[in-house]
Amino acid sequence: MVSVRGISKRYGAVQAVADVHFDVARGELFGLIGPDGAGKTSLLRIITTVLLADDGAASVDGHDVVRDYRTIRSMVGYMPGRFSLYQDLSVQENLDFFATLFGTTVEENYDLIRDIYVQLEPFKQRRAGNLSGGMKQKLALCCALIHSPTLLVLDEPTTGVDPVSRKEFWAMLRRFKEQGITTIVSTPYMDEARLCDRIALMQHGRIMQTATPDEIVAGFTTALFAARSANMYALHLDLLAHRNVESCYTFGEYLHVTLIDSSQGAVQTLSDNLLQRHPEFELISMEPTVEDCFIRMTNGVS
Amino acid sequence: MSEPIISTRALTKRFGDFVAVDAIDLDIQRGEIFGFLGANGAGKTTAMRMLCGLLRPTSGTARVAGFDLFTQTEAIKRSIGYMSQKFSLYDDLTVIENIRFYAGIYGLTSQQIRSKSSQLIDRLGLQHEANALVRSLPLGWKQKIAFSVAMLHDPQIVFLDEPTGGVDPVTRRQFWDMIYAAAADGITMFVTTHYMDEAEYCHRLSIMVDGRIAAMGRPYDVRTSLNARSMDDVFTMLARGATRGQD
Repeated sequence: MVSVRGISKRYGAVQAVADVHFDVARGELFGLIGPDGAGKTSLLRIITTVLLADDGAASVDGHDVVRDYRTIRSMVGYMPGRFSLYQDLSVQENLDFFATLFGTTVEENYDLIRDIYVQLEPFKQRRAGNLSGGMKQKLALCCALIHSPTLLVLDEPTTGVDPVSRKEFWAMLRRFKEQGITTIVSTPYMDEARLCDRIALMQHGRIMQTATPDEIVAGFTTALFAARSANMYALHLDLLAHRNVESCYTFGEYLHVTLIDSSQGAVQTLSDNLLQRHPEFELISMEPTVEDCFIRMTNGVS
Repeated sequence: MSEPIISTRALTKRFGDFVAVDAIDLDIQRGEIFGFLGANGAGKTTAMRMLCGLLRPTSGTARVAGFDLFTQTEAIKRSIGYMSQKFSLYDDLTVIENIRFYAGIYGLTSQQIRSKSSQLIDRLGLQHEANALVRSLPLGWKQKIAFSVAMLHDPQIVFLDEPTGGVDPVTRRQFWDMIYAAAADGITMFVTTHYMDEAEYCHRLSIMVDGRIAAMGRPYDVRTSLNARSMDDVFTMLARGATRGQD
């Protein structure tokens, strides 16, 4: 559905996107995962034909993003990261406006937006500028869906959104998938990577890896441990100072630790050493998360 | 225990019929890292704006940094720092220009501005970057500078409003190291975040639901009291109980 071949984009001295390649299959929910400044927005703007690349080629359903931009624009629903609806138009007026732009009506594609629209309906006379963050996001999504796009492109739809609303949003994306819509979504939240069919991990304009979340996690070949104790800060320092500790990062209530030597004997030695200063020391083996993988890749360890 | 640096009783803010913040009681200690959590629309921003002296409460009582929230808001503003990920430094000013600008805003004298800004540049090891545009710096450096700038005037409390949103995993953790160091120096850290792993790094936290504080305590105690496996579960349990929408 989407093909990206060697796309690069530079702004002055900053290489925003550097030789990026990936494909998105029809019906796939594809995630671009990476922090601010990774190049996600530039890449999405190139795919949606609103930004020209310096180098490389990209196509949507066989249409070239430069030559066939008009065709692509009619097929794509794009929700930019920054709220870009008309603040001084009401909810209803914004929807009607976007429907008209694409030569359709709200009624024609109402089925697609119904689930979201019912939540907006009580405020349909309210100006978009006066909606809460969560409601603005829902309206923007409705406007992106109003012409029944074949490709939905969402730039950081969940940034700044609380964990519960984020879960609901992802449930909605799964429902679009069931309706056959191909979606590319970008996010800085590593935990959301798990909810995609496939993901590309981005940093500094480059894609470090493109794979399914399971494949990414399977690529973490070192044993990973979760450690905790009563004084987490002291434990962190003590682990970093231990000769057998390769890396140690905070992960909520645990520290995630990799070792230079993960053999049973070496792990036992580590536990014995740490128990002397931390009577409640606990070390368990665990499955890595996508965030563990991302940290490992950005540190150049693999 | 010494007198709390932030203390509120039944602090309330109404907008017409809508009770945005509904009688909240907080006691936050000097040097404490306090996590202020809640769903979008729960009333966090309104509460925080009140505590910063930017919005007049409707009722209740509160003291922040030793000053009354109703009558001494200017003194409060001079005693606090503020930083958010969305807005921190001016991209099109240099590092040194940003530092001087904020020092001026925080009311330092020109002599203080000179000495404080060179101290800061030295401490962060930014001698070579002092005249570089902030735009050209890596995000991690920007965060570090923004955080230091928010503490330029030796505030007693720093309000950190989603300071790590969109930041890469390694830089995010380095930022928390800075929060710990500042708290160890006795500065109170009042932090909002949507990362539930970060909630665990706070000494204590509160979770707001529908304008009220639905849970408060040490992360471990909050989790165990609700029989939840993770902070994410705690948040989901409490926020799903919300009755008011996000309008």
